[in-house]
Amino acid sequence: MDISRQLFQYILSGLSNGAIYALIGFGFAMIYNATGIINFAQGEFVMLGGMLAVFFLTVLHLPIVPAIVLAILISTIVGVCFERLAIRPLQNAKPLSLIIITIGASIFIRGAAMLIWGKDTHALPAFSSNEPLYIAGATILPQHLWIFAVTVLIIIFSRIFFNYSVTGKAMRACAYNSQAAGLVGINVKNMVLLSFVISSAIGSMAGIIIAPLTMTSYDVGVMLGLKGFCAVIIGGMSSGLSTVMGGLLLGLLESLGAGFISASYKDAIAFIILLLILFVRPEGLFKKKETERF
Amino acid sequence: MTGKKRQILIFLIFAASVLFAPLFLKGNYLLNVFVFVGINTMLAIALNLLLGYAGQISLGHAAFFGLGAYISGIITTRFPVDPFFVIILAAVFAGALAFVIGFPILKLKGHYLAMATLGFGIIMYIVFNETVEFTGGPSGLSGIPNLHIGSLIFDNDLNNYYLVWLFALAVMLLSINLSQSRIGRALRAINDSEVAARVMGVNARILKVQIFTVSAIISAIAGSLYAHIMTFIAPSSFGFNFSVELLTMVVIGGLGSIYGSFLGAAILTMLPEFLRVFQDFDIVIYGLMLILMTMFMPGGLISGIQKMAEFAAAKMKKKRDSDAQA
Repeated sequence: MDISRQLFQYILSGLSNGAIYALIGFGFAMIYNATGIINFAQGEFVMLGGMLAVFFLTVLHLPIVPAIVLAILISTIVGVCFERLAIRPLQNAKPLSLIIITIGASIFIRGAAMLIWGKDTHALPAFSSNEPLYIAGATILPQHLWIFAVTVLIIIFSRIFFNYSVTGKAMRACAYNSQAAGLVGINVKNMVLLSFVISSAIGSMAGIIIAPLTMTSYDVGVMLGLKGFCAVIIGGMSSGLSTVMGGLLLGLLESLGAGFISASYKDAIAFIILLLILFVRPEGLFKKKETERF
Repeated sequence: MTGKKRQILIFLIFAASVLFAPLFLKGNYLLNVFVFVGINTMLAIALNLLLGYAGQISLGHAAFFGLGAYISGIITTRFPVDPFFVIILAAVFAGALAFVIGFPILKLKGHYLAMATLGFGIIMYIVFNETVEFTGGPSGLSGIPNLHIGSLIFDNDLNNYYLVWLFALAVMLLSINLSQSRIGRALRAINDSEVAARVMGVNARILKVQIFTVSAIISAIAGSLYAHIMTFIAPSSFGFNFSVELLTMVVIGGLGSIYGSFLGAAILTMLPEFLRVFQDFDIVIYGLMLILMTMFMPGGLISGIQKMAEFAAAKMKKKRDSDAQA
């Protein structure tokens, strides 16, 4: 295989991973902008999505569409319970307590998943055929196309939602200034709950579309969650295009680094990027002044 | 009795009971468990210095523990040097690393700090796993020699117990001393409000890095002791899960409480020993403990017990007063 074809292959797999990181990053940004909390349990919703979809498909033998819908629904319910039981009672807590609570929730969900489904890795069947397509000498799986399509759709939907719907605008208002939003009659508590709903739904969707490519197990959430966080940090904590760019950039660097430097340090590359960004430009790569929050 | 005298008395009672405990545990399996309680107490106190005193979170402390263990393990299995010298070397190295990364990392606050330390921990974990020619990779490093002073070899539970607890008591004394000092007060000021502390002339930036360094040094020493006692180490002992376990110890015992750290370490070390079922459930239970303690007993067990005692005393006094009135 010549170098340019190899390069193309790395770029392709980097972009598809990057799209996933961007979706997970959206979830972080959504909750952060509504509450000021970094939800350490974000990755667990990604894991839940994938594991639940596997469970419904292979154990309960449901058709693929209801299996996916149910998986997203249940992950979202878990997200709602989490907000109601652990986040809402602690509104004025110190950041340290909130960090500890979300870490607690994260390992609780992970542990529960381990008890229910065991420690094995599972593969979700691909959504459509497994026949690779050949484009410019590189192989591309139909699942890659699914990932790109779903990511683009989610981005378009979220833009429409946040820019044109009343609820979306209300959420944006809360993100800018929740007190002022409360004063003009927006129910801030509901908006916070809604941000948990959307972010766990998007997170579980990301987990489902990546599961056929990378397999899934009870502990995939930590890594995916952290990389999503890395994407959203590069993007400056917005849930707009800069986070998509951040995710794609991270996916690309990681894939090229793994391909040309060392595959065994693939994960380390992402975290070194994370540390560098946090040290040098914690406000994100693309952030000029005040970026759009949603 | 003044606060300082009381502190000293409590410490002396604690130290005496630790030193005499083996008389009652001779030949007992518990003695072995208490060796590890000692190591975990050192680690929990190290994290507590950072988390409870200065209010700075670290989710990567298992990395410093692992660094100490691997430096000791790698050097003593290859070169015929005095292991105690290597412990000092490991402590210096971990301290230097903490000092260097401390400046950029501790500039971050709250959630960002948590994520950065978590990232650091995972990078170190990957390094432990991938530098196979030094660390043995995922299958671990074996044949680490036991420590010895002259003909006294630390290869049984009783000797190890005294070895570990000597270090642990020293760390406790240091931490108690620190909390009573100017630096301890400055750290608490940073914990309450960094801006206010700075305005009052506390050099918050340097102080945070210093306490991070001290914390890393203690963790590395605990790691070296662990390596020499176990004679075998593998990366799985130094991963993210162990960092969370340390966090759980500190939170359960109580942020800022030295004896709380001991209590947290003792509970989390002994629970899996006594509850066989706990093996599979441990991670779920840690998660629940973290959530419930933070929500309902934010001061940890020690202050929870104190509060309950005060509440009971107040209730009794009230009852006595109303009885007297009647």
